[in-house]
Amino acid sequence: MNTQAKPLLKLEDVYKEFDVTGGFWEQFRWENGRPVRKKAIVKAVNGVTFDIYQGETFSVVGESGCGKSTLARTVTGLLQPECGKIFYDGDRIDDLSYSQKTPYKKRMQMVFQDPYASLNPRFTVRKTLEEPLFFHYPELTREQRLDRIAEVMEQVGVHPAWAERFPHEFSGGQRQRISIARALMVDPEFIVADEPVSALDVSVQAQILNLFMEAQEKRGLTYMFITHDLSVVAHISTRVAVMYLGSLCELSPGGEIFNNPRHPYTKALLSAIPRLGEKKAKHIRLKGEVTSPLHLPSGCVFHKRCTYAKEICTQEIPTPFTAGDNAAVACHGVEQGWVG
Amino acid sequence: MDHLLEIQNLEVKFRLRSGEVTAINDVSFFLDQGERVGLVGESGAGKSVTGFAIIKLISKPGFISGGKVLFEGRDIAGLSIEEVRNIRGNRISMIFQDPMMTLNPVLSIGTQMTETILAHKNVSKAEAQAIALDKLKKVHIPSPEKRLDQYPHEFSGGMRQRIVIAIALLTDPAVIIADEPTTALDVTIQAEIMDLLSELCESEKMALILITHDLGVVSQVTDRIIVMYAGRIVEQGLTRDVVSNPRHPYTKGLIAALPESQQRGKALSQIPGTMPSLTDMPQGCSFHPRCELVMPICKEKVPELIELDNKNALVACHALAKGGAS
Repeated sequence: MNTQAKPLLKLEDVYKEFDVTGGFWEQFRWENGRPVRKKAIVKAVNGVTFDIYQGETFSVVGESGCGKSTLARTVTGLLQPECGKIFYDGDRIDDLSYSQKTPYKKRMQMVFQDPYASLNPRFTVRKTLEEPLFFHYPELTREQRLDRIAEVMEQVGVHPAWAERFPHEFSGGQRQRISIARALMVDPEFIVADEPVSALDVSVQAQILNLFMEAQEKRGLTYMFITHDLSVVAHISTRVAVMYLGSLCELSPGGEIFNNPRHPYTKALLSAIPRLGEKKAKHIRLKGEVTSPLHLPSGCVFHKRCTYAKEICTQEIPTPFTAGDNAAVACHGVEQGWVG
Repeated sequence: MDHLLEIQNLEVKFRLRSGEVTAINDVSFFLDQGERVGLVGESGAGKSVTGFAIIKLISKPGFISGGKVLFEGRDIAGLSIEEVRNIRGNRISMIFQDPMMTLNPVLSIGTQMTETILAHKNVSKAEAQAIALDKLKKVHIPSPEKRLDQYPHEFSGGMRQRIVIAIALLTDPAVIIADEPTTALDVTIQAEIMDLLSELCESEKMALILITHDLGVVSQVTDRIIVMYAGRIVEQGLTRDVVSNPRHPYTKGLIAALPESQQRGKALSQIPGTMPSLTDMPQGCSFHPRCELVMPICKEKVPELIELDNKNALVACHALAKGGAS
């Protein structure tokens, strides 16, 4: 990518943990004949560092439980990271108070996965779209607000005459258009989309992806796309980050990651996509079971499933190193050359 | 030649307060022994209803209002509940989408498996255990003896789906109907489960009806594809033909809409609009409001499935019937 450009968003060594121990009494376990108080911690995001540049589409892929949604929520400030720094347009935003964050929230918006769950069923479309305006642009008059709603509805392809309808009157694709309209209402520059098309049918998915690309062209938006669907990622992304159990395995330019995957996990993931017309395509089988984020393995988080794993992988956590054109890989094997 | 399973003009209706709606209409296809057929379509196309209707699992307010499901020469749609039970879960098994919903969370895997065997076979409990163990080995569950005493929550999603498949195998069925078996799973696990299903179809000589919305999955596993739209079959053919050379405008649009069939970063080709709802079906061909090749006749008459170049390729489209489009 163009490394000269100033990053819009910068993450430095971000960690996010969840305490899932439950009640007070559930924290006690018997060990060696005496009760021990222990907490169960899910390490959802583990030391993630990357930059997102102005105007690019940055995708985060990974399987369920890898922490990609947590990462999205941490970036937008919905969750507070345990440690690490998040910079937006040069300003540190993770340690700000709620009211200090407000101006940044206007500049970054989020689109969620399930358009059935993310729209309030008792709000009409107008009311849903009006909310962000009340909050971020209280100075607007009613007429100005309605004009803006009509304008944005037009842009996302929902007829403005339907503004007084309720979400249940729309199909899944139209609901997702309304969710996108809600994000566009405050004229943001950065949109985090968490699995925006996974709940949609193929023909509708294409419509929504086109809408995203169109909006990016018109408004110069920057996207962070969270998804598990690699064919979608291949189509839209400038750069792709692959996550496994809370850590980044590989970060490469879009075309590069699909033509020349480096990390063993990326290779396995790519070979597993069912492609049209390729009967019985060979895919790389991972060994063992998906590791639980409750008990992270020592060393490389992927070593228990990796067919290349050696002694060093069980002991040392690999640090990302630059391989080829702007690709960063965190793997001892790739670094030392025993993963081909 | 007699087919293992032959569905003739099957029609399922639902009785709603606002009147009757037709969920599937005039669906006919067949399945031979050991054959793998994919039933593809978007949500609301009627593919799951078709799957359920085959084993007469349609419950109120739905009912089979016409047509036949001939299995080994007998019409399942006309059988009594007791007679259907000898076939359902025995000769024809079904695998559902979400393995957490299919397995009973308060019974151990062993109990659930032996229960199924005892319901269908006249064997002792010890023999049932042995069969269960054998099937768990077939689906590659590590240390199956230990696993029999465990509960569903102790397994991962992929393992659970393997167990569901093992349960479907218990009675050595002739047909397995898999309704979106991998939709709830991650891609790497999906690939493993699909491998397992194809492997089992070959080793056990089972026929498979794979119901899915994912054209990629279907094209890897099946021999033939049946494409459904708004309750009707619009295209049928050999998998490699349909995928490489789709004929019906809907199938064409569906394949062109896949991100992988476009150049990176280019706008995807899209089918305008959405599938009509059952209560509001358009006159004539139900695809005509979204179709590029629409002609006056499409708005009046429902197109019939007709043979194109060979008897394996069937398409329901007026434009193609007249040779007006390729």
